[in-house]
Amino acid sequence: MVVFKKPQSLSPVPTHYCPGCTHGIVHRLVAEAIDALGIEGQTIGVAPVGCSVFAYNYFECDMIQAAHGRAPAVATGVKRTNPDKIVFTYQGDGDLAAIGTAETVHATTRGENITIIFINNAIYGMTGGQMAPTTLPGQVTTTSPYGRNPMIQGNPIRVCEMLSTLDGLAFAQRVAVDTPAHVNQAKKAIQKAFQNQIDKKGLSIVEVLSTCPTNWGMSPTEALKWLRENMMPYYPLGVYKDIDAKEENK
Amino acid sequence: MSNKVLMKGNEALAEAAIRNGCLHFFGYPITPQTELAEYMAKRMPKVGGLCLQAESEVAAINMVLGAAATGTRAMTSSSSPGVSLKSEGISYMVGCDLPCLICNVQRGGPGLGGIQPSQQDYYQATKANGHGDLHLYVLAPASVQEMVNLVGRAFDVADTYRTPAMILADGALGQMMEPVDFDAALSEKREIPEKTWATNGTGMKRKRNVINSLYMNPDDLEQSIIDRFERYKKIEENETLWEELYTEDADIVIVSYGITSRICKSAIEMARAEGIKVGLIRPITVWPYPKAAIAKAAETAKQFLVVELNMGQMVDDVKVACECRRPVSFFGRTGGVLPTADDILAEIKKLNGGL
Repeated sequence: MVVFKKPQSLSPVPTHYCPGCTHGIVHRLVAEAIDALGIEGQTIGVAPVGCSVFAYNYFECDMIQAAHGRAPAVATGVKRTNPDKIVFTYQGDGDLAAIGTAETVHATTRGENITIIFINNAIYGMTGGQMAPTTLPGQVTTTSPYGRNPMIQGNPIRVCEMLSTLDGLAFAQRVAVDTPAHVNQAKKAIQKAFQNQIDKKGLSIVEVLSTCPTNWGMSPTEALKWLRENMMPYYPLGVYKDIDAKEENK
Repeated sequence: MSNKVLMKGNEALAEAAIRNGCLHFFGYPITPQTELAEYMAKRMPKVGGLCLQAESEVAAINMVLGAAATGTRAMTSSSSPGVSLKSEGISYMVGCDLPCLICNVQRGGPGLGGIQPSQQDYYQATKANGHGDLHLYVLAPASVQEMVNLVGRAFDVADTYRTPAMILADGALGQMMEPVDFDAALSEKREIPEKTWATNGTGMKRKRNVINSLYMNPDDLEQSIIDRFERYKKIEENETLWEELYTEDADIVIVSYGITSRICKSAIEMARAEGIKVGLIRPITVWPYPKAAIAKAAETAKQFLVVELNMGQMVDDVKVACECRRPVSFFGRTGGVLPTADDILAEIKKLNGGL
């Protein structure tokens, strides 16, 4: 009996991600969801700019590489011309919550029937550890070398909370992949975010608290500990919106 | 029997796009282009299409990119400041070899500039529509009818050579009403290559497609650009358009395009009535540029006069095309001011007297 195998929707290639980076886990969860729902042949993914720019090499479905922050607009163009296909974006915090804020907010409020996988690791990884819109107060990065000072660099942004105020949003959950239990939770959330799209419910977003051991300057284990002690209190895990739950409550 | 209707340029352009199979429009309001988006909003739902107002010009061009990536005919339109915003997406579309139609109903710049007609975006349209080595197929119509005539060609060339195409209009063409015959405008049907590259789902029947403009290996990037320029060469050979008037015996050849060329035509008739031999070369494609026509005219004409609604942009292309073998003068008004035929005639006389 096979108990562990590579999802079919994940390409059989080595990734470029650093040791200890959680992108690999999240890629696998996305591929597992695509497999579980049997939608590989109908799915079109949109890769961002950032560490996951090469996501187009790692999923076996059709892929488009978008400009920095524009993935939700590109996904809108794909979905509006192919409403029966499944469209997802995979974006980091700089892409989704800084340069692409307008695209994120408006795709959400329009209720675009797409799925967004949002990696929040509180830093710009690809360019080498600069301050992100989600960098925590006090966190040291190469562009906040004395620690992020909200009086100077402003405050971080809580994406799930912000988007949850918008009517077009069907589902928003913040998860983490720091423990097996959390990975299982994340897996369910991601699968639901795709299922919602199949059921034409509107935009679903899963925010995954992630680590960047390389640019945080920590070992993978230390990074997971730092995530639990610093990111989770600022970005609490949980379901921020679920239109199904609302219907059940009625 | 002719089926002429009286229409505003912006609206006629929108209707022509729909009649040429473009059922997806993504736009943003900006004067003097807005009627195009309004017409799309009214008409698209009735023909089973979609007009989506984006949150920005940036988003609109990226929606076009997404639509085009699935092999769907799509377009966006704007005016000068908005086209600057689209330049990021345009560059990505070139890098991804995606076809689409972009309309620039030009107004005065720089900055917010003004809302009156201009041709100040010539450099941008023909040389720098975005970062990187790139060109678009750029058509510069001179009348509402010609604008309508060229839409089908713009889409066909875009699809055939996998390049974005642009209609470079101006505030006058967009806003003026002229009689249009849509039936006369339908271009000859071309064989459009099947879009086997489209990312519209593998259906588990083919290998996955990737639409991408990123190359980490410089040799690969260079090769992709060389391949694209091979296609540009074919566009230059097959798709360059221009109009000539009285060039055979002309001492002075005026080079002018778009709305300005029509004022030049009036000035040329006035000059001819006074016995001055003036002709006209009117580029219809401003990229590729009708270099051969200019070079040929340089064999017989004594000099060129370039007339534009800017401080002198296309004049450079004329100098290059005639290799400066003849004097090339420039006359232009800018910032939304149009010259009169008398202004141009005076310029012609000045040059004629100096011969």
